[in-house]
Amino acid sequence: MSRLAARFAELKTNSKTALIPYVMAADPSPETTLPLMHAMVKAGADIIELGAPFSDPMADGPVIQAAAERSLAHNTSMHDVFSLVGEFRQTDDRTPIIVMGYLNPIEVMGYQSFAQQAAACGIDGVITVDMPPVEAGDYVPALKAEGLDPIFLLAPTSTQERIKKVAAVASGFVYYVSLKGVTGAATLDISSVETKVAKIKEIIDLPIGVGFGISDAESAAKVATCSDAVVVGSVLVKNMTLNDGNTEPERAIIIKKISDILASMRSALDS
Amino acid sequence: MTQVKEKAVTPDYSAMPDEYGHFGVYGGIFASETLMQALDELRDAYEKAKTDKAFQAQFDEDLAQYVGRPSPLYFAEQLTERAGGAKIYLKREDLNHTGAHKINNTIGQGLLAKMMGKKRIIAETGAGQHGVASATVAARFGMECVVYMGAEDIIRQAPNVYRMKLLGAKVVAVESGSKTLKDALNEAMRDWVTNVDDTFYIIGTVAGPHPYPAMVRDFQTIIGREAKSQMQEQCGCLPDALVACVGGGSNAIGLFHPFLADESVVMYGVEGGGLGVETGSHAAPLCSGRPGVLHGNRTYLMEDNNGQIIETHSVSAGLDYPGVGPEHAWLKDIGRVNYVAATDTEALEAFHTLTRVEGIIPALESSHAVAYGMKLAATMKPEQRIIINLSGRGDKDINTIADIDGIKL
Repeated sequence: MSRLAARFAELKTNSKTALIPYVMAADPSPETTLPLMHAMVKAGADIIELGAPFSDPMADGPVIQAAAERSLAHNTSMHDVFSLVGEFRQTDDRTPIIVMGYLNPIEVMGYQSFAQQAAACGIDGVITVDMPPVEAGDYVPALKAEGLDPIFLLAPTSTQERIKKVAAVASGFVYYVSLKGVTGAATLDISSVETKVAKIKEIIDLPIGVGFGISDAESAAKVATCSDAVVVGSVLVKNMTLNDGNTEPERAIIIKKISDILASMRSALDS
Repeated sequence: MTQVKEKAVTPDYSAMPDEYGHFGVYGGIFASETLMQALDELRDAYEKAKTDKAFQAQFDEDLAQYVGRPSPLYFAEQLTERAGGAKIYLKREDLNHTGAHKINNTIGQGLLAKMMGKKRIIAETGAGQHGVASATVAARFGMECVVYMGAEDIIRQAPNVYRMKLLGAKVVAVESGSKTLKDALNEAMRDWVTNVDDTFYIIGTVAGPHPYPAMVRDFQTIIGREAKSQMQEQCGCLPDALVACVGGGSNAIGLFHPFLADESVVMYGVEGGGLGVETGSHAAPLCSGRPGVLHGNRTYLMEDNNGQIIETHSVSAGLDYPGVGPEHAWLKDIGRVNYVAATDTEALEAFHTLTRVEGIIPALESSHAVAYGMKLAATMKPEQRIIINLSGRGDKDINTIADIDGIKL
């Protein structure tokens, strides 16, 4: 069983909702991410979503966009993301890690080579924002051959037909984008999320994670009532501007802040 | 091992792209799920419009009465003499309303927006020509208009920024990334996913996810169709060569497409060579880039070894783009069109030459085509004919030119 499947099975047994924090690799500094990942697990993260930076993040709002620019200022490459996950795996072999990014940095490596290296370093799933099922004819088999879960997005505007297309290729879980817009956008309408997630569950037999627009413990708890996982990104990434993360004390400030937010979400999810 | 040699078959150019927008391995729909519904809706609306007689009649009527088509095919005798070789004809898209070929496309997409009941138009712009053409159509149809423009380009193209404002559009300065056309496109896409219900996104070139490359091409092929019949009328023949500048590639595909099946017609797409392709400081992905995925389609890109898009340079804001329309990528690979580059210096020289010998001030974008066209003409015989697409007029560039020449206006 894959790490993702095992983790969701375990959560189900304990009737818990997964908490999935998103942070960009090497944001604000390359040295921040590894201790941050371990701290997030301690604060209650069940799965970690690690952003791989891209120069043109079309689906992201200003917060994640700025994170990508900060990461790229350190010349962060996909190989750096692999090394980071490899290091994380030396002391944590259980927490699933998903890499989220855009297609071109993968395309340039070749799908097969990307998948082999990603699996070798201990990555479990991949979300490629601009790779829809209709274009994924070579991509999905390349990932699956290495035991990686291809994770796809669904949106409020997804038709039954496209939900079925995702159902045919996805594994691990499905990421429901809870509102129209980019990451970090305004408020979220829980009742419409509920209705749509229920519709998706009729067609897809995978855990459903909900993200975009979850900004505090309260909204996380609300989303948890109708989903298997809650994804939080922008509200965490905002804190990367507290400092440059160049020194140990600077990094400690960022790590503490993000851990506190996650801990409050964890307790809201569990109560 | 025996090798099976495949017989070269002329591709059916009119059958491209396929249902999902593929031109060979290029094009496609590499967009996030949040955009898919909007793209599906657009594709369905466009498919309907293509065969809708009333829509097509309105489009033709607007091109004639509002844009002022057909644009002339002008035999540039003085330029021909200066180049010394083949006869040079200029397809005068600079004489269109708003001063460039861009209006052909915005009329088409504007009519489509109206048909789809959209109340708000957004657009990205580099040189500002597409922004002006979009703002123009929005004014005429009484729609709200927001134009995204790189902060850097806003400085370079100040007259066009003011023109858009006069037309009632809101111009949003994009401060992210390289602050040029590609970043404006990112920002417009973000607006579109957020306001998808009432908003129509008019992309200005033959890039983006399907159906944009095919749709924009179809609206622009009026250029080539007219040129073909005008050449027939004036000389009773086909041209020997076509030359057009390529940023995203909409004016080039508009001229080339109706001639693709005419094998005797040689075609040249001229990219922004910047300081020289060998310097790396240019905007010529077809000359020196490699295939990748950006802005919803697979095409040639300027990227680094990690797949990050790199900054481009061209004196012309309209060519300053790291990608190119996917149909051009395909036409390059199958060898139907030759892609070359003209440097900033060559384009500037051509700008001055055309202005002085023909009394026509060309856009800096089009000056790249003029530069290469003159070089090409010199290698050809006097009885041969070249059509250069004069895609836009140069009024918008006079500040840039004055700056370069050290003159204060």
